[in-house]
Amino acid sequence: MDPRFMWETLGKLVEGVPLLFQLVTVSLAIGFVLAVLVALARLSPLAPLSRAAAGYVFFFRGTPLLVQVFLIYYGLSQFPEIRASFLWPFLRQPYWCAILAFTLNTAAYGSEIIRGGIQSVPWGQIEAGRAAGMSGWLLMRRITLPIALRQALPAYGNEMILMVKATSLASIITLMEVTGIAHKIISETYRAVEVFVVAGSIYLLINFLLTRAVKQVEWWLSPHLRDAPGAAVKEEAALVH
Amino acid sequence: MIQLLGWGDQGWGDELVRAAGMTLAVALCAFLLGLVVGSGGAAAKLSRFRALQAAADAYTTVLRGIPELLVIYLLFFGGSGALMYVARIFGHTGYIEINAFATGAVAIGIVNGAYSTEVIRGAVLAVHPGQIEAAKAYGMSRSVMFRRIVAPQVLRYALPSLGNVWQLALKETALISVTGLVEIMRQATVGAGSTKQPFTFYAAACVLYLILTTVSGLGFARAERWAARGVRRA
Repeated sequence: MDPRFMWETLGKLVEGVPLLFQLVTVSLAIGFVLAVLVALARLSPLAPLSRAAAGYVFFFRGTPLLVQVFLIYYGLSQFPEIRASFLWPFLRQPYWCAILAFTLNTAAYGSEIIRGGIQSVPWGQIEAGRAAGMSGWLLMRRITLPIALRQALPAYGNEMILMVKATSLASIITLMEVTGIAHKIISETYRAVEVFVVAGSIYLLINFLLTRAVKQVEWWLSPHLRDAPGAAVKEEAALVH
Repeated sequence: MIQLLGWGDQGWGDELVRAAGMTLAVALCAFLLGLVVGSGGAAAKLSRFRALQAAADAYTTVLRGIPELLVIYLLFFGGSGALMYVARIFGHTGYIEINAFATGAVAIGIVNGAYSTEVIRGAVLAVHPGQIEAAKAYGMSRSVMFRRIVAPQVLRYALPSLGNVWQLALKETALISVTGLVEIMRQATVGAGSTKQPFTFYAAACVLYLILTTVSGLGFARAERWAARGVRRA
């Protein structure tokens, strides 16, 4: 272990962090919206819609992410129709292909998490919403989705960590994010252990911060589970009497 | 396309199916290694010794928090270096290359072991203390109690999550293609390169992966039913 080499490596690897952040945030943001839509489609009473959503989830959860990336990045170029279309300027760039693959992938996993959240909303809440005169989209927007998303947040946090790790696959289609740079340094210097320690630390730090952020949001969203100010004191007082 | 993916000299079908066998073999080795490591990790986490607990905690935190690809690179590039270092002590100075199969199975195995550790730990904790008490009341020795009471219940509680861990192993084997091991992904890339039909080959790879994940998923569902055969269902 050579501290100076590791310090230099850290400097080079940090240059890949902005790209990593872009890939993670863009895929997670679009993926989340898509995940909600897919979950709603999956739970819809319309059989074709529900079946299409199930098929989508089956495909993206049953195949490795790397195949999905390759299918989009290399595979789509097989069709002259796509090469001639207005989408080609996007689809021939590894950046957009990676984002497309990551988005579709995280949407499939996320939709199952959100579906679980929606299905765990207590029936009484929905009944109360109906009694208050809400129905359809209004009920969904005001009652079902907020409770479902709060319920789903811890599991969604895990999915976010998986996404941070998944961005490393972008390096295989030439994008130089942290793992890509690490691979380049290792194959130039053959000092695998030192580079691994530095690159691994970067990922661990990002995932640690992400976990803390999700915990914080969870705390904000669940004031009803926290004791009211002074509740503990009152309880103690009650025990004394 | 039928000719392209067909059997024999003209088609790539037989090559792809053989590659699927390789994927299955790597995944199986990795999963079994993960189970062994995971059992050790769970035992360490549940032990009385602080040092063991801390080591197991560090192991699961690190390997669940960094990309699998980095672990594969570490073993692929660092593994032969470490072996050559040891070999030099014994006077061997030549270049040693580690087999890509072993690299892949070990890399995915130790990542899988981190997930298995958490699964097995949870399953052990889920065994009701009353069961252990009852076993002691019957006068069972520790080994008999483990074999008759603890192990069957841990297996039942752990199976559903171990099914997920297995699926992870199966899908992560695709990453080993970067080391040149001819599994599904690598074979599809070779086929795509020589025929200029990448979509056809990656789609075929998807179908093979879907078959592997679906069939093994059904297998695990069966095993779960078997392990829970003594449980009354609501």
